[in-house]
Amino acid sequence: MPQKIKVRYLILTLLRKLFRNLKEAGRDLLPIILVIAVFQLAVIRQPFPQLLEVLTGALLVIVGLMLFVQGLEMALFPIGEALALAFARKGSLAWLLIFGFALGFSTTVAEPALIAIAKAAAQVAAQGNIIASDEQTRISYALGLRLTVAVSVGLAISIGIIRILRGWPLHYLIIGGYVIVMAMTMIAPKEIVGIAYDSGGVTTSTITVPLVTALGVGLASSIRGRNPLVDGFGLIAFASVLPMIFVMGFGMVVFGVKTFW
Amino acid sequence: MATCRDVFPVLALMLGFQLIVLRQPIPHWQRIVVGFVFVLIGLTLFLVGLEKALFPLGKIMAKQLSAPEFVFGSETAPQRPDWWAYGWIYVFGALVGFATTIAEPALIAVAYKANQVSRGTISQWGLRLAVAFGVAIGIALGTFRIVTGTPLFLYIVGGYIIVVIQTIFAPKEIIPLAYDSGGVTTSTVTVPLVAALGLGLSTTIPGRNPALDGFGLIAFASLFPMITVMGYVQFVGWWARIRLKSRRER
Repeated sequence: MPQKIKVRYLILTLLRKLFRNLKEAGRDLLPIILVIAVFQLAVIRQPFPQLLEVLTGALLVIVGLMLFVQGLEMALFPIGEALALAFARKGSLAWLLIFGFALGFSTTVAEPALIAIAKAAAQVAAQGNIIASDEQTRISYALGLRLTVAVSVGLAISIGIIRILRGWPLHYLIIGGYVIVMAMTMIAPKEIVGIAYDSGGVTTSTITVPLVTALGVGLASSIRGRNPLVDGFGLIAFASVLPMIFVMGFGMVVFGVKTFW
Repeated sequence: MATCRDVFPVLALMLGFQLIVLRQPIPHWQRIVVGFVFVLIGLTLFLVGLEKALFPLGKIMAKQLSAPEFVFGSETAPQRPDWWAYGWIYVFGALVGFATTIAEPALIAVAYKANQVSRGTISQWGLRLAVAFGVAIGIALGTFRIVTGTPLFLYIVGGYIIVVIQTIFAPKEIIPLAYDSGGVTTSTVTVPLVAALGLGLSTTIPGRNPALDGFGLIAFASLFPMITVMGYVQFVGWWARIRLKSRRER
């Protein structure tokens, strides 16, 4: 195909895909818009605050989701898979593990949701007189939480990668992890337990999840004898369990161990 | 923009590894660059829209639905409220959990991958709906727990016992995906709304300590999808076996 027509063809295909994504994004966001609208108008029965801002916001969300899903297929997934393939070909386990740890750590440390939760946790703890209320203590507490979670996610990715390569069944490891969580819940200070449980859920951000999933599935596909569906997934599960353990450990170090008697 | 700053570490990491460690050129790099730009712009718009519209509304609504005037019709709540007085909160929580999960981009990504890898056996919508139901149940139970004040770990322990039992009987192929679903769904859209719901609820209900009860709702949202996804697959398999049996008997 001559160059000019090829470019035009590519742009048209892209626009068609974007339009399809737009429809799907609208459909994906419809439930939440409906829920809020119905509750606001029918149950709470109060006028909608700032209707124009809400509508613009809803529009931005739909367009943003459409672009994101398109970028997912074009960039995030292929890069994850390409990296997995390249690592498998290079055959160096050490570099792969370093990469996995760095990936988990770097995405978590910058995670806005985690920063927000750590700040809220420090605020709540200071108000409850569990820690000193001055700014310095609160900042270092919040930072300590963030680093703990980031390290745990980095380790989680690395352990998860080892699991994929060795083929260990996932459920033993995860159930074992949750047994440790429950044991620690008994002896960890009450104040840290809720935050610990939440930190596991917070760490899986919109960009990390597709990358990590593509990496895992790509690794599993490039090893003979592994079923990608069974072995490729599971990294996220690790990244949800390990922070709980580490944050409770952090709590035990900072606040001391809770005694029954 | 803040999104660029957040994405930068990952980008630098991947570029660094691709070029320095692996020493390989990136295939189709133009497409990847365009795709990355889409991801950045898309995520920025998405987050801005959420901050402008959904989060403020959600937080206000969480406060309104748990405010004593709405629930009891008077300024102050009785010392020990009945759990069914807060019925609207459970419904709202369940619906919000369901809706945010459907909107969750991370889950869309995983469902896409699962569909691709299972060559169509796992339908994207089937997985997403199963996870959404799990989150709905989880949030409803979680808000119930905050209202009644029962300890968090009882529910979690009970939930994980169910997970273990299900794992023994579930087809092995679905287990990692089910275990992942819980962690995946608590992401950009779900977490702020759910956290606001939990904190708002525990501050307006008398006798609850926000430091202890406000958190923990997210853990519920992570736990129950595991149960529903495995349950969904088990149910589909059981249903198929029943139909096969009745067809043979005819």
